[in-house]
Amino acid sequence: MLESLLFIIMSLIIIACAIGVIFQKNPIYSAVFLIQTMVSLAVLYVLLHAQFVAAVQVIVYAGAIMVIFVFVIMLLNLNKDELERDRNKLPMQKPAAIILGLILVVMIGIIMARTVFQSAGGEYTPEVMDQIGNTQLVGKMLFTKYVLPFEIASILLFAAIIGAIVLAKKQIIKEEK
Amino acid sequence: MTVPLTWYLVLSGILFSMGAVGVLINRNALVIFMCIELMLNAVNLAFVTFSRQQNSMDGQIFVFFIMTVAAAEAVVGLAIIIALFRNKATVNVDNINLMKW
Repeated sequence: MLESLLFIIMSLIIIACAIGVIFQKNPIYSAVFLIQTMVSLAVLYVLLHAQFVAAVQVIVYAGAIMVIFVFVIMLLNLNKDELERDRNKLPMQKPAAIILGLILVVMIGIIMARTVFQSAGGEYTPEVMDQIGNTQLVGKMLFTKYVLPFEIASILLFAAIIGAIVLAKKQIIKEEK
Repeated sequence: MTVPLTWYLVLSGILFSMGAVGVLINRNALVIFMCIELMLNAVNLAFVTFSRQQNSMDGQIFVFFIMTVAAAEAVVGLAIIIALFRNKATVNVDNINLMKW
């Protein structure tokens, strides 16, 4: 009962904050709403017995990624007319997009509501997971079955660091010449 | 009493659709990026739900890889936005149409 109540409250917060992200004019408000969405999602992950994913969601998503976003918004320092300009170039865009989005919700909703779950075949039931510990299981999987994707992910992050430095530094080098 | 897992999937679908609508209606490149993050979060929720249903850890591991890709995408994308802003002094995607035709 408590779990259902928590789920309903959190999903309402998530949907409300997602609407906030979409319809806010000011990007900094969108960012704050997005942080709230991600923290509420972390609560749902705890309800689904994925405690480590919940912790990583708060640290990496709500912490690191959103800090980058807020940092860039502050760095660009957009003024008001910059945000308002050219909003009506395509007059029917907003209602058309909302109608298409509603159609998408209905389509995904029908598919999801009709999902027939096969009988659970895995070995990691919530009881087993609580006994061993979610974090330990994730570590074991990452370094045995998924060790190659794990290494590739590290290369991807390295490439992203290099790419960000190259893209952001280009202009400065030109100015120095 | 536990929550039916279908509810999580429906919530994930709603969240994904909202991200898609946000990409369509917003003109600010930064907000479009945030909506992409919203869609990635919806996919993560679906992965964790199926992982819970199958009593398997694989879905949770995939969530980590999605987070890695999301972090890399955010960093590179925001660097591109900064570079664009230096050149054109705008983040409005209507004005960034040099490669449109």
